[in-house]
Amino acid sequence: MKIFVPIKRAIDYSVKIRVKADGTGVDQANVKMSMNPFDEIAVEEAVRLKEAGKASEILVASIGPAKAQDVIRTAMAVGADRGILVQTDAPTDIGGVEPLAVAKILKAIIDAEKPELVIMGKQSIDDDSNQTGQMLAALLGWGQATFASKVELDGSAVKVTREVDGGLETLSLKLPAIVTTDLRLNEPRYAALPNIMKAKQKPMDTKTPEDYGVSITPRLSVVKVSEPPKRTGGGKVASVDELIDKLKNEAKVI
Amino acid sequence: MAILVLAEHNNKELKPATLNAVGAASKMGGDIHVIVLGHGCADVAQAAAKISGVAKVFKADSPALAHGLAENTAPVIAGIAKNYTHIIGASTTTSKNILPRVAALMDVQQISDIIAVHDADTFDRPIYAGNAIATIKSSDSLKIITARGTAFDAAPASGGSAGIEDLAGASDAGLSAFVSAEVSKSDRPELTTAKIVVSGGRGVGSGENFKIIEALADKLGAAIGASRAAVDAGYVPNDYQVGQTGKNVAPQLYIAVGISGAIQHLAGMKDSKVIVAINKDPDAPIFAVADYGLVGDLFSIVPELTEKL
Repeated sequence: MKIFVPIKRAIDYSVKIRVKADGTGVDQANVKMSMNPFDEIAVEEAVRLKEAGKASEILVASIGPAKAQDVIRTAMAVGADRGILVQTDAPTDIGGVEPLAVAKILKAIIDAEKPELVIMGKQSIDDDSNQTGQMLAALLGWGQATFASKVELDGSAVKVTREVDGGLETLSLKLPAIVTTDLRLNEPRYAALPNIMKAKQKPMDTKTPEDYGVSITPRLSVVKVSEPPKRTGGGKVASVDELIDKLKNEAKVI
Repeated sequence: MAILVLAEHNNKELKPATLNAVGAASKMGGDIHVIVLGHGCADVAQAAAKISGVAKVFKADSPALAHGLAENTAPVIAGIAKNYTHIIGASTTTSKNILPRVAALMDVQQISDIIAVHDADTFDRPIYAGNAIATIKSSDSLKIITARGTAFDAAPASGGSAGIEDLAGASDAGLSAFVSAEVSKSDRPELTTAKIVVSGGRGVGSGENFKIIEALADKLGAAIGASRAAVDAGYVPNDYQVGQTGKNVAPQLYIAVGISGAIQHLAGMKDSKVIVAINKDPDAPIFAVADYGLVGDLFSIVPELTEKL
């Protein structure tokens, strides 16, 4: 079985982001970039399926600037076999390549590569849209299991436990299918140094959105990007009695 | 202009999140219709018809829709989408699962998790865990939107008398099947709509220790939340998680106990009216957003607070 894992390069989760002074976006210059954390979980799950003998090949793809090949090499260092960089200089957070366009490019890759399972992050932590997997499933006419916390391959089906608002839900999907990952699916491993070196030798193709016949013209225009209202916190109380007094008589919330 | 709102329900009861989605729809101007997709969901359709401001309810009742599978529900919504300028759902796992599938079927770029409506095409939505707010304008003729519940007032649940129309044509796409569900049972208020939330983090130390959080919550009539660290450690179930990728809450009072305050957690609770932080580390980032911070041992402070309230 071939597993396809789309991955995204985004500002690292630990970075305190800065809104650009001209209100056009978020400053990406000289900021640490990493693989989107949900995508790391997706790669890890694919690698575990391959280690368990249930998958034969792991293909990864990333859409973004030339530097996005870094996240492809990172995925290769933990076990992905092959990569495709779909290169574009359009922004990948907002005002550029949007989830619908990403889904169309991924569909074109899937039409050519014919994987039986796609595992991908449920959302990227830059634009927080949480759309691409569902859109891709619709375009392919495949089943979808979003927000996965457990994935079990069983012949021609995949059983997936999903994290939903009321608790957990388990679905069975006919293959091929799309699975999107939630936080508790697994704990991604770190790449070992020899594997990072070996990853440089693995095959990677470079394409463009045009190669797949997909227009990436945005449907949503960015009017402005602004800072959220600042919260004035930092108040302290010295005791439980003072806290209760403040909540009753100052904040009046109890 | 006509707006279609996706009802959130469990086939028996309409969930309050639907009222917030109708509240968001009312900011856009136009007739508001509600669609109920389920099986044996007549009571839900009746409840939706009573929502103030709703002009019509569509009920699609079929075994194929019983569990809200996206593969079966999305085509039903797409089937009537051309009659609408907007399709809206609350930012719940149900809408997050179904609406992007509808959007792709309609060739629409969805707008996720809006927090404000400027006009029928222009909306605010948080990006980067709420550390930036993007104002975006859609060029699609159909807008497909999820709306953050805490950002929009709930429409009154009564006062309306909409007609209910049956919608036929639902079928099983044969792509997916429901196997089982583990629904968390609780007599406490629902986390996303509670007036008071008491949340515990890694500092609470164990699932057993969460009893002191529960005691405080019950004294206050509060819902219980948790940080990602507490959920990952298995202290509490996943649906307690507050944060960027968990639930967003904005209660009158949020009490964070043993939570350090990672930006991903702050993203889910910083719109609370009053924030209390109890933590032994005086440098914990949670204190920077707290109105009332109390530095000390939560295992003595929380029981004392519960007793004195």
